[in-house]
Amino acid sequence: MEMQQFYYDNKIVKKFIYATLLWGIVGFSVGLLLAFMFLFPNLTEGISWLSFGRLRPLHTNAVIFAFVGNAIYAGVYYSLQRLLKARMASNFLSNFNFWGWQLIIVAAAITLPLGYTSSKEYAELEWPIDIMIALVWVAFGANMIWTILQRRQRHLYVAIWFYLGTFVTVAVLHIFNSLALPVSFLKSYSVYAGVQDALVQWWYGHNAVAFFLTTPFLGLMYYFVPKAANRPVYSYRLSIVHFWSLIFIYIWAGPHHLLYTALPNWAQNLGVAFSVMLIAPSWGGMINGLLTLRGAWDKVRTDPVLKFMVVAITGYGMATFEGPMLSLKNVNAIAHFSDWIIAHVHVGALAWNGFLTFGMLYWMIPRMFKTTLYSKALANFHFWIGTLGIILYALPMYVAGFVQASMWKQFNPDGSLTYGNFLETVNEIIPMYWMRAIGGTMFIIGAIVMLYNVVRTVKQGSGVEDELAEAAALTKVSKHRTSGEGYHTWLERKPVRLTLYATVAILIGGVVQIIPTLLVKSNIPTISSVKPYSPLELEGRDLYIREGCVGCHSQMVRPFRSEVERYGEYSKAGEFVYDHPFLWGSKRTGPDLHRVGQKYSDSWHLNHMYDPQSTSPGSIMPSYKWLVRGKLDKSSTEDKMKAMVSLGVPYSEEEIANAQQLMDAQGKQIEENLYQDPDFAKNYEADKKFAQENGQDFVEMKDREIVAIIAYIQRLGTDIKVKDEQQLSKK
Amino acid sequence: MLKFVKNHMESIAGIEIYPLISLVIFFTFFVGLFWWVFTAKKEYINKVSNIPLDH
Repeated sequence: MEMQQFYYDNKIVKKFIYATLLWGIVGFSVGLLLAFMFLFPNLTEGISWLSFGRLRPLHTNAVIFAFVGNAIYAGVYYSLQRLLKARMASNFLSNFNFWGWQLIIVAAAITLPLGYTSSKEYAELEWPIDIMIALVWVAFGANMIWTILQRRQRHLYVAIWFYLGTFVTVAVLHIFNSLALPVSFLKSYSVYAGVQDALVQWWYGHNAVAFFLTTPFLGLMYYFVPKAANRPVYSYRLSIVHFWSLIFIYIWAGPHHLLYTALPNWAQNLGVAFSVMLIAPSWGGMINGLLTLRGAWDKVRTDPVLKFMVVAITGYGMATFEGPMLSLKNVNAIAHFSDWIIAHVHVGALAWNGFLTFGMLYWMIPRMFKTTLYSKALANFHFWIGTLGIILYALPMYVAGFVQASMWKQFNPDGSLTYGNFLETVNEIIPMYWMRAIGGTMFIIGAIVMLYNVVRTVKQGSGVEDELAEAAALTKVSKHRTSGEGYHTWLERKPVRLTLYATVAILIGGVVQIIPTLLVKSNIPTISSVKPYSPLELEGRDLYIREGCVGCHSQMVRPFRSEVERYGEYSKAGEFVYDHPFLWGSKRTGPDLHRVGQKYSDSWHLNHMYDPQSTSPGSIMPSYKWLVRGKLDKSSTEDKMKAMVSLGVPYSEEEIANAQQLMDAQGKQIEENLYQDPDFAKNYEADKKFAQENGQDFVEMKDREIVAIIAYIQRLGTDIKVKDEQQLSKK
Repeated sequence: MLKFVKNHMESIAGIEIYPLISLVIFFTFFVGLFWWVFTAKKEYINKVSNIPLDH
């Protein structure tokens, strides 16, 4: 048979490796800065683009899409070529993938701190960047499928199925969740509202974990663990069952992020059922990974690559055991909104994604640079400080979550809350936040040591060159050969069909959950007293989104005695019908805000935003001085209202035409309310006088951002106060 | 659980058949998958699982 010669593209792999290292350190560092903000809330005081709410999405996006994303590409581009015995089909697409992705990351790193965000978790980027993501992702998939079509290895190894499943599912999720109506170049509103937006978001959010952080890494596991251990996977049969059952079941599990919320019960229960089932394929995969090391455990003692991989797979096992448990409603009632979830995701991110990436890099880099690792001792040091860092991160967060949730729910014998002041529950867990920050520091030190080790290894090695390989071209498959061939064996030769079937498998779950919620009206009982936001409230809501308030404050009172006692009436689906996007949140670093409207005076809110510790001693909320001073941009209010109208919010033409006057009137009213506070009147008048005497511009209070955000906060959850129970129209 | 699902979806015509269809799809798919997995030939499995080590 004639052998063909070709070159594996190593240069593209090298680029992705460098990007992984760079963005990894950036993403971890932003996380560490955020961890210290829990301890020193005013660490970046007065700098809007370094405030917690804006940096939090930068951290999650940097870690997920920049660090893990580049690691996926590095691993896929390395393993895919070798598994297929073919060079990547298009150099152009490979490089487009690389540079496009880095451009997206830079765009995210600029826009998120500036407050351009959709506020939907892990999908915060605004619409022009979303379109770029779609283009680059399609380039990646096209390049992959094109390469598969040119392969010299007939059968597609299981890792490639995971890559294909990742490609199609992420494409579907990204497109449907990002559907939004643009108002301007960097502002858009989600086409879905309230409950529907929440369901689509968590269908996406959960499956971003499933198909961006899990399935591609399982593919990498199935390639790099056998390579590092130098023995085939424990059970190839199990890997097939693992693949199909995982993608079939994962896609249904999203609603477990919305237990006890206003999401219809049937959807919640469906989410729970599938989440519990998910433990079977997840653990099947974990066991398959660990048992691949059978007979090679002696190597685990000496080889840092295998050490990292063992901890990674163990972390995967822990996180995927915990996931189904957290989906049980009784466990979720305690864990949700608390730091328990932060511990859970960091076991996944630091151990599973982080350590598998590190193991993969330590394995690939010496081979690509044709040398040995500069220092095995440093790699071992990285392993130990990283492992201890994970433990010191996760354990205190479990304790913190459990302590805080228990305090939230603690009652006195007379029926009042034992810890009626939310701050008591925050101050109790500050020591845990300290330990978390120390654990995170250790993890980063490990990553920096790795960077040094890699730099030295690269220096002592020779330049990366495309690697010569040879293999015979595929011949046509004759009828004779395929007789008696099993169905799945046939399928493995048909990449396009395999991709299509995988798409069908993941679509079923999404369709069954989402379409009824979108179409069946009875799922969201309407409440006649719920009205659209006033123009000023709408602007205030956009500020709430810009500042990332949703990162620390939920707007979803669950129907528990402890929450109704603390916050007020539980939240109803019908209250959110005009919320594009929904702002239910997923974490309560501060208290829930859904019933905060009319609870405090306008001047309390102003003082609280200016200096949170003055109104709430011991609070860890940062100050928002720029909101108090800044002028509200009212230039696109009418456009925003028109966009809302096309999404089904019933603003009249008159309201839109009078938007400026309406805002002015409501702003004046709030300004008058603020004047009732003598301290405010004195300071404000003094400021005004000072500005006049010095010829400076002075922004009237009614035109400032703070007034809009006060208007929005005072409106929150008040619509149903004008009703009585009868007005809740039952379908 | 089914009662929650049914309550809310009665407005869709012919909805009763949906859960049956999905159960049948899932069941047949996984029966087929397991059938294939357990009857796959040993030498084939060996060959495929050695692909990563083969270069």
